[in-house]
Amino acid sequence: MNTKTTKSPYWQGMAAGAPFVLVIVPFSVLFGVVATEAGLSVFETMVMTTLVIAGAAQFTAVQLLSEGAPTLIVLATALAVNLRMAMYSASLTPHLGAAPVRHKALIAWLMVDQAYACASLAYERNPGWSVAQKASFYFGTVSLIVPLWCAFTFVGAVLGEAIPPEFALDFAVPITFLAMMGPMLRTRAHMAAAVVAITVSLVLAFLPYSIGVLVGGLAGMIAGAEVERQMARRGMVI
Amino acid sequence: MTEIGTEIGTGALWTVIIGLGAGSFLLRFSFLGLIGDRDLPAWVLRHLRYTGVAVIPALVAPLVVWPAATDGALDAPRLMAALVTVAVGLAFRNVIAAILAGGASLYLGLYLLG
Repeated sequence: MNTKTTKSPYWQGMAAGAPFVLVIVPFSVLFGVVATEAGLSVFETMVMTTLVIAGAAQFTAVQLLSEGAPTLIVLATALAVNLRMAMYSASLTPHLGAAPVRHKALIAWLMVDQAYACASLAYERNPGWSVAQKASFYFGTVSLIVPLWCAFTFVGAVLGEAIPPEFALDFAVPITFLAMMGPMLRTRAHMAAAVVAITVSLVLAFLPYSIGVLVGGLAGMIAGAEVERQMARRGMVI
Repeated sequence: MTEIGTEIGTGALWTVIIGLGAGSFLLRFSFLGLIGDRDLPAWVLRHLRYTGVAVIPALVAPLVVWPAATDGALDAPRLMAALVTVAVGLAFRNVIAAILAGGASLYLGLYLLG
């Protein structure tokens, strides 16, 4: 990058996060609708969404609550869906670990898939960035996504049942995640990780509480790391 | 969408809201907060490089093959939209192009087949 100021990475981060607004908006409206249809008040929906800021885990929790699942099962399952966040945290640690604790607490609270994906890609492309520049970029990516997530959850909660299922908002989540795959699948190791993860996740889908997703993700990580190790040993450029 | 079987109890709901908020924060803060700027071993870093590219497909695959909106039945418009999204993403390496193509494919598929 052609400038050393900390302002520049912030705006770059905002630009990188901006396209996700198109999917965050329908996704958060959908959460508002689903939560109020399941019996949560607008206030309860808003507290949950601002405290947790985790689409998939929130949907899981509301779904299980409305099915009358025991509180402990609801919590364990929703946290299992969110376990990937611990992996994101670990993955960002070499870049952001040296930041002040209050920044790290803020980064942790505002962690979403899209911010992680944008940040890890940007950090690989800009190895010369300082910790402050890297943190700036991160805050840039979430400064549109997170406020809009909360605002449009409110819209969805108020609109309630007015949005018909024909709009197929349920598929906003998979499409967002799938759209992120293209730029992520850069090497054979990345491809191997994704293919193994998908296969194991589908084969183990009969297991309760999203265990298949967790095991599939771990299997994919191991596959990617192993392919990378084999390729490096044969002297191939990754 | 969501089958409303039972009334959600207020106590259970607030336990889940607060527990999920605290638990999610701890999961996200864990490594950043505890490990700080200490170096991680090479093998750990090698595995962490593939976190996103492994966990996200593992999360999405069941949503594509067994969508909740159709009560888990394989759905042609949704499957097509998923394939179009991945194909456009791979061809153009552009997230927003992939989202738009996937959305267009989904609505076209639902219009023609749904």
